Amino acid sequence: MSMPTNGPASEQISNIRETLLMMASLADRNLALAMRALVERDEKIAAAVEAEDSQLDQLEINVDELVINHMATHAPVATDCRFMLVASKISSNLERIGDSAVTIVRRSLELNREPLLKPLIDIPRMAKIAESMLRDGITALIDNKPELAQEIIRRDKEVDAINKQLARELTSFMLEDPGTITRAMNLTLVARALERIADHCKNIAEEVYYLYHAVDIRHDRK
Amino acid sequence: MDESTPVAQTSAAPPGAASAVANGDKGLRSTAPTIIDIDHVDFQYGAHKALHGIDFEIKKKLVTAFIGPSGCGKSTLLRCLNRMNDLIDGARISAGAIRISDIDIYDPSVDVIELRKRVGMVFQKSNPFPKSIYENVVYGLRLQGINHKARLDEAVERSLRGAALWEEVRDRLHTSALGLSGGQQQRLCIARAIAVEPEIILMDEPCSALDPIATVKVEELIHQLKQDYTIVIVTHNMQQAGRCSDVTAFFYIGRLIEIDGTGKIFTNPSQKQTEDYISGRFG
Repeated sequence: MSMPTNGPASEQISNIRETLLMMASLADRNLALAMRALVERDEKIAAAVEAEDSQLDQLEINVDELVINHMATHAPVATDCRFMLVASKISSNLERIGDSAVTIVRRSLELNREPLLKPLIDIPRMAKIAESMLRDGITALIDNKPELAQEIIRRDKEVDAINKQLARELTSFMLEDPGTITRAMNLTLVARALERIADHCKNIAEEVYYLYHAVDIRHDRK
Repeated sequence: MDESTPVAQTSAAPPGAASAVANGDKGLRSTAPTIIDIDHVDFQYGAHKALHGIDFEIKKKLVTAFIGPSGCGKSTLLRCLNRMNDLIDGARISAGAIRISDIDIYDPSVDVIELRKRVGMVFQKSNPFPKSIYENVVYGLRLQGINHKARLDEAVERSLRGAALWEEVRDRLHTSALGLSGGQQQRLCIARAIAVEPEIILMDEPCSALDPIATVKVEELIHQLKQDYTIVIVTHNMQQAGRCSDVTAFFYIGRLIEIDGTGKIFTNPSQKQTEDYISGRFG
């Protein structure tokens, strides 16, 4: 987005952008750490993710305070007005990505109590796609590249497909051997958390598209 | 028109764009009939060309706001609409035409007094005459030779009610209008304008000298008045244009840059110049 050249409006908009970037960076880091906690079965990393999530919560509140303050004092219009709406929604999605990372580490802690049910292949694949979606979504926001949104939306469908396939596979484990139920359920919940993270990334991409094109592409509106 | 001349843009909403209805934006997509046709108008103050090829229509019973930085020509254009510029030496329309209800208002056969009766005007600074409230309202009617008391009384009540001032002044109609507050004086001027039952009311920054409470009252009044009148308002207050108008036209250095439904202009203008101006990046 174009920026006001100077003055308090410019400063406030810059603050919001910087806070969003900080949130995106924390959400990205927490997702990566949560996956390490799962794959490496590392409980210390798990504890770090929980601690950092509270920072994301606080930053979400900060963004909303900055947004409402800017709206009340500057009555933004056009792109600036859309940015206010979009910033609040993106911060909410980033905070929820953090929450889902916490879900992953909590399930990891339970999974660590028993041997691995199966080699972790699909879940890291989902995480890798979700991480790329998050990074591209933020790149789209910062570098004014709304065209990335379509590609991010396509990748969300890929994550959905892996999640469904994994759910079927884990269900068959549970049917064959009730002794696997706890582990299979925990893996299902991890996969669902990743699927939700991908959904949040898709939401962010849609918001960025709206910011730059003033066209709402949510809910498959073309 | 030379190649460098910016052409005013109106934009069709792209698929998926916030719809005109969702914006509460009947604006240009209104089916209201055209009442003012501004047809490729050039306007000059002596040798200085103040308006270049202005070409658009104003719809009946909508509020149209003219916005733009100082010197952009918006007040000049407003004053063209009831020939107030005739009062300035050397000022003239050098090309094009302005038609109100299909009549060329610059045709020599047009009676300017009659035109100004149809197209009333409210100015930036309230200008009540040093007379009673009552006499201010009936001033235009008396000029028309109407002196019948019952008719004047009826006009005073109707106009003051129309200007949302009746309840505040009904028991002091014969006291001086100069004793009213600034906001009341401006509403009195609106009452004076509507007493002669115009079709169109031109407002040149009607709230710029008012406090926020008086401004809200005038804005509410504008909202009510559009049930019966076509209103054209010049304002430097972007939020006022956003709140009050159905259609917004943005002017820059004597040219119309963009005109569209107000919701569209303030959420997604087509022209970067418009966005920069309404966002406070220049002007």
